[in-house]
Amino acid sequence: MPQYFLAVNHDEKSIAAMAEMTPEDMQPMFEAVGAFNEQLQAEGAWLFAGGLQTPDASTVVDNSGETAVVTDGPFSESKEYLGGFWIIEAADLDAALEWAKRGSKACQGPVEVRPFQEG
Amino acid sequence: MEAIERVYREEYGRIVASLMRRFGDLDLAEDAAAEALVVALEKWPDDGVPPNPGGWLTTTAARKALDRIRRESHRDAKHQAAQMIEDDTPHEPTGVVEDDRLRLIFTCCHPALAPEARVALTLRLLGGLTVAEIAQAFLVPETTMAQRITRAKKKIAGAAIPYRVPEAADLPERVAGVLAVLYLVFNEGYLSTAGTSVRDDLTTEAIRLGRILHSLLPDEPEVTGLLALMLLTEARRDARIAGDELVPLPEQDRGAWSRPLIAEGHALVRECLRVNRPGRYQLLAAINAVHTDAPDAAGTDWSQIATLYAQLARLDPSPIVALNRAVATAELDGPAVALADVDRLGEALEGYHPFHVTRAELLRRLGRSAEARAAYDVALGLIDNPAESAYLTRRRDQLRG
Repeated sequence: MPQYFLAVNHDEKSIAAMAEMTPEDMQPMFEAVGAFNEQLQAEGAWLFAGGLQTPDASTVVDNSGETAVVTDGPFSESKEYLGGFWIIEAADLDAALEWAKRGSKACQGPVEVRPFQEG
Repeated sequence: MEAIERVYREEYGRIVASLMRRFGDLDLAEDAAAEALVVALEKWPDDGVPPNPGGWLTTTAARKALDRIRRESHRDAKHQAAQMIEDDTPHEPTGVVEDDRLRLIFTCCHPALAPEARVALTLRLLGGLTVAEIAQAFLVPETTMAQRITRAKKKIAGAAIPYRVPEAADLPERVAGVLAVLYLVFNEGYLSTAGTSVRDDLTTEAIRLGRILHSLLPDEPEVTGLLALMLLTEARRDARIAGDELVPLPEQDRGAWSRPLIAEGHALVRECLRVNRPGRYQLLAAINAVHTDAPDAAGTDWSQIATLYAQLARLDPSPIVALNRAVATAELDGPAVALADVDRLGEALEGYHPFHVTRAELLRRLGRSAEARAAYDVALGLIDNPAESAYLTRRRDQLRG
């Protein structure tokens, strides 16, 4: 069955909006995402999911040359970054888009659906 | 030769759709269809055209596809797959919703594809137009169009865009997407931006696909509505251009309108009225039915048209609908009232040439020649359809004072 990567990307606007929010403000979103995760598991679509720390916590390792180079910070200095993701299994793109609609509602932001290369 | 190619084009959508169902691979389906044409061009001139040319082409193409899979299966382990697809399902559709072309049109018009790719794929896979023809119709280089189509086909395969009719709950929304593609193709033919005045090939193709869709989904009133709208518009085609100049509706020679197309369009509009689930295309078709019902321009039932526009505006409160509605207002309440309505749309429609044309015509009727002239000039700066340019230039130059 095809597998899809459902990405929650943050941009300047959503980052600014999140900065304004208190943990109490965030609570309904966490609960909605929790409920969505349970639905994915109950229907057998769930493969993996996670929320990521901000890019400040990133470290890049490049061992493509002779010695490994370790650098602080994200791979690219972009205003946008990946905030979290789901990896799901779905019959086809329509089924994956249906999950993405529910995921987007739960996390209150756009969700990008990308198919995995065939294994 | 030409007869064979015509049959091939007419049957192309059926062949590709049928092969897509059996083999699940658009590239394979297209290559096999092309190979079947080569065989037909070799055999038919000597043997004569077979009694069911579409069936013959599909069977031949399916055989070519199987040959290809077998050849490739020697290299990669697809042999089993090839054995499994020995399926001789008959070519003829077994029921309305079973038609392979219906699935294919939903695949081609999938919302996950870019709008311009949907149009191109629909014309290529269902209409059987060549990539070169589609590129020419939309004024892009052939390589660009080829890339666009290749990229879309790759996404269909890679992202697993389904090849099936959407479920009932999603059907109205997805049908709307298909209708938008057909209407776009039709309008590009009718109001060509390609430096020629009308592209018959595109209007004909949109109507042909509209007929297929209507035969497949007879209970979707918006499908009926769009077909009626296209037919009633197409019916006026010959009267719409005189010499090299556009002729606006009130001045058209109504004797040159196609009566059979009007009769067919009116019958479809009545069908919509019976179903009584109005939508955008149905209302536009009904407005066109009122126009084509009038014996002459003065006999037009403007209050009926204004009522239909009011209904349309509730459904689709866009500035373009408001602009068209103003034409009926001008007839019923006079040009001053209509102009006041139109002027409120200026911000939204600044770059839309019909806005300036409508203003120019209303200003002209109010005797405000200098302002009318300025409005014609703005409109002329925004269009590239030669027949419309010629008409507006003449209108502008007739102004006195």
